[in-house]
Amino acid sequence: MSLFDYTLKELQEKLHNKEITITDLVNASYERINEVDDQVHAFLTLNEEGARENAKELEQLANDHTNLLFGIPAGIKDNLVTKGLRTTCASQLLDNFNDPLYNATVVDRLNKERTVTIGKLNMDEFAMGSSNENSSYTATRNPWNTDYVPGGSSGGSAAAVAANEVFFSLGSDTGGSIRQPAAFCGVVGLKPTYGLVSRFGLVAFASSLDQIGPITRTVEDNAHVLQAIAGHDEMDSTSANITVPDYSAAFKENVKGMKIAVPKEYLQEGVTPEVKEAVLQALKVYEDLGATWEEVSLPHSKYAVAAYYLLSSSEASANLARFDGVRYGVRSEQATNMLDMFKLSRSEGFGDEVKRRIMLGTFALSSGYYDAYYKKAQKVRTLIKNDFEKVFEDYDVIIGPTTPTPAFKVGEKTDDPLTMYANDILTIPVNLAGVPGISVPCGFSTNGLPIGLQIIGKHFDETTIYRTAYAFEQATDHHKKRPTLGGAK
Amino acid sequence: MNFETIIGLEVHVELKTNSKIFSPSFNHFGAKPNENINPIDLGYPGVLPVLNEEAVNFAMKAAMALNCDIASDTKFDRKNYFYPDNPKAYQISQFDQPIGENGWIEIEVEGKKKRIGITRLHMEEDAGKLTHSDDGYSLVDYNRQGTPLVEIVSEPDLRSPAEAYAYLEKLKNIIQYTGVSDCKMEEGSLRCDANISIRPIGQEEFGVKTELKNLNSFSFVQKGLEFEEKRQEEVLLAGGEILQETRRYDEQTKETILMRVKEGSDDYRYFPEPDLVPLYIDEAWKERIRAEIPELPDARKARYIDELELPVYDAMVLTSTKEMSDFFEATIAAGSDVKQASNWLMGEVSAYMNKQQKELHDLALTPQSLAKMIQLIEDGTISSKIAKKVFAELVEKGGDPEKIVKDKGLVQISDEGQLTEIISAILDKNEQSIIDYKNGKDKALGFLVGQVMKETKGQANPPMVNKIILAEMEKR
Amino acid sequence: MSEISKEQVKHVAHLARLAISDEEVETMTKQLGDIINYAELLNELDTDHVKPTTHVLDLKNVMRKDEPRKWIEKEDALKNAPDQKDGQFRVPSILE
Repeated sequence: MSLFDYTLKELQEKLHNKEITITDLVNASYERINEVDDQVHAFLTLNEEGARENAKELEQLANDHTNLLFGIPAGIKDNLVTKGLRTTCASQLLDNFNDPLYNATVVDRLNKERTVTIGKLNMDEFAMGSSNENSSYTATRNPWNTDYVPGGSSGGSAAAVAANEVFFSLGSDTGGSIRQPAAFCGVVGLKPTYGLVSRFGLVAFASSLDQIGPITRTVEDNAHVLQAIAGHDEMDSTSANITVPDYSAAFKENVKGMKIAVPKEYLQEGVTPEVKEAVLQALKVYEDLGATWEEVSLPHSKYAVAAYYLLSSSEASANLARFDGVRYGVRSEQATNMLDMFKLSRSEGFGDEVKRRIMLGTFALSSGYYDAYYKKAQKVRTLIKNDFEKVFEDYDVIIGPTTPTPAFKVGEKTDDPLTMYANDILTIPVNLAGVPGISVPCGFSTNGLPIGLQIIGKHFDETTIYRTAYAFEQATDHHKKRPTLGGAK
Repeated sequence: MNFETIIGLEVHVELKTNSKIFSPSFNHFGAKPNENINPIDLGYPGVLPVLNEEAVNFAMKAAMALNCDIASDTKFDRKNYFYPDNPKAYQISQFDQPIGENGWIEIEVEGKKKRIGITRLHMEEDAGKLTHSDDGYSLVDYNRQGTPLVEIVSEPDLRSPAEAYAYLEKLKNIIQYTGVSDCKMEEGSLRCDANISIRPIGQEEFGVKTELKNLNSFSFVQKGLEFEEKRQEEVLLAGGEILQETRRYDEQTKETILMRVKEGSDDYRYFPEPDLVPLYIDEAWKERIRAEIPELPDARKARYIDELELPVYDAMVLTSTKEMSDFFEATIAAGSDVKQASNWLMGEVSAYMNKQQKELHDLALTPQSLAKMIQLIEDGTISSKIAKKVFAELVEKGGDPEKIVKDKGLVQISDEGQLTEIISAILDKNEQSIIDYKNGKDKALGFLVGQVMKETKGQANPPMVNKIILAEMEKR
Repeated sequence: MSEISKEQVKHVAHLARLAISDEEVETMTKQLGDIINYAELLNELDTDHVKPTTHVLDLKNVMRKDEPRKWIEKEDALKNAPDQKDGQFRVPSILE
């Protein structure tokens, strides 16, 4: 067995019993990275020296092994700022951003738990994309089959966990960017309730939609990481001032009597028969576990993608305006006056998808179009949010597929932005409503690619999501399969 | 053709909170470049704003003092534009729900009172400072970035540059009274842009307006507007048309100079700031702030006239700054006669401040020492003339007036015997003067008094000197 | 069906401070047009009486105390600056 087959809890016991050391864990990570990352391309920047030093320091400290994250090697998505560690958002514009001067709150919270940062993970540039092909460096590949995309935008975060390069990772999710790659890579990814995890230090894409969440191999591990990063932060005005529940309570209860809603819109057009079948099989598992499910409707689902692209691009057009070549980042060498400095630095630094969304957002906010596009989309957002609230009056969770299809081939959808956007049709409504959602492995396609089951909960009810996901995980073996990349074949 | 002038002013006032509006950086004027900044002020990737409660309190206080309605539901918006001093390329401001609306202040020009409407007062963050050098580069200092500002927009109610001047003076005065800003134009804590247009008298619709920027003092605002008023009239009379322009006032040439012609309106793409949650200002919060607003200048002025029975002019001068008015009140509270306190502050104290280019708080003089000195004059311990010597000492070095008088031997000579002796000696030496006086030359008396003062180094009690000289001359 | 013209695309690119080539204007015009057309879907919905959502959570009055705090050293402020002079960020002037 490899160290990567153990849960965080099991690893902590091994550390406590001195069967292994933190250095062993860190070594395991870097060995695996050396072995497979030239195929996976999950990492943009490695923190090898820092991580090894950190491991040595931590080994000097006593740990009571109730801290399940102590000494655990983790990967951080490259849109989370790390003091003294290069942070690029996979953009050429930030190629030289070697010290962001401060840590994201989630990074500080992991540091407090004394995890070890292995490196920064690849992504679609500024989190805009669903395949990782929009990374300005190199596209991360799906560890299950490197001809396929890992999903995006947290493609590096999901692939690194799936490929056993780290023990867990952090991603961010604006329209499905944690759940979709988790589904494509066969791992567990949670997008928490908007406001549960501080966004301070997350390079903003769409401020009203962005959330940071954990990507892990098991549901339990996922809850442990969330436990560490969740909770109020006075540096983020949109962070909710709530008491974070003890998520491990979720693992002490079953799903008997649980009421599951299955939106008919989530099994309609575009969802492949294989995916639909895997979801129906999962629902059978829940029936066997004593839960009941019924078909419901989220009637405004078909409007979600359009509303999402208008809102997220509008916010992005402002959020990305700060990349102007003045205070940090790369300034165009061609610029001889102020206007050119702005225009050339931005045009040379941003990739096509980023430019396209900035253009769309700028247009949607511009004089004469604001009401027709931006404000209209905000109103549709209200309708979508109401859809969820209505269903949650009668049901505990909503279940459906995470994505309409398993991972697609590299290059397959890059031509037409709209086809690419449609891939997020099942994850986007969750961000618009601000509710939490998880993707857990629920099967494989005939060509051996993972399929994800999405479980959506009420605001701040991550506990019920974990309970539901855990029951399924315990009853099935999908999560135990690992890709046979590299030497492990 | 006769024209009517229409002026509206946009005034930015920096609030003197301890920290910035959306970041915990120090909010100081005068630090070294880029000293009072942090990643939030620099618009670093990933940073988020958190609102400073005191900035809201201060803005509310200013809005209330300007008679604005205070919004119960208010929020922040992003105003998007690129400029190196604007680090996020959006300024966090307020668009459609400003904290204050529908205010007014009363101005007085040539004895005529007039109410000027205030359209709105909103909160926003200040930008950094861009300094242009002539080597093809500009330098950016972000210390000022994030300083809390209120922008106060007047209605186009002003009809002359003089009214604009009076409006600014009044606005500054009121805001200084509330204590939320120093309103120092020379430090940039008060800045003003002016919109001006003219129209033929009787015409209802407004003419095309120009905007004046870079106005560094109230008098430049007035002069710039006066120039612009004339320029626009000349253009129109020559059959030309006014373009929507931004112009600046050149202090050397005393002219306004074209900066740029506006093409349509700027597209700032305002939208609600997703990183800040809305504000709900309930009645209790409003009342708490309202209770903190001190007596404002107009109310004070009225009280000085009605209760303290000061002349209108005195009341106006004394209330022209809160500092002066507070000093005056403290002087009275320390036991000074009202009119004397007023005379000294408007006279010697103001003269000294003007000459030295100093503010009241720069002086060593305190209300207590001034009151004490006035008492010494009243009880005859010193003469008004000697008092000037005492004042010179107090204003420079401070101290206890009584002690100064004693140490310097400045006590007035009021002993009749002693004075009679001195006067007799002087009369002995100046017989011609006695003759002159008796022949009707009143000037001779002045000469004799002068001699006595010279002899006593000014310490003789003047009314007594007069009286004794007359009596002694009678005897001769 | 709504259209976006090449002129509009150029104007939007200027607002967003993006330099785009003539070729990019062509593709952007097509792609933005497609996306905006797709967004017309929203007009199927009557939203006259629907309130817009800016924040999904109902938070209000989140504020901090007026307490200044030093965070970074002055040298660090300029650490990532592409160009600097005398402790300030240096940029090309408005005109060439």
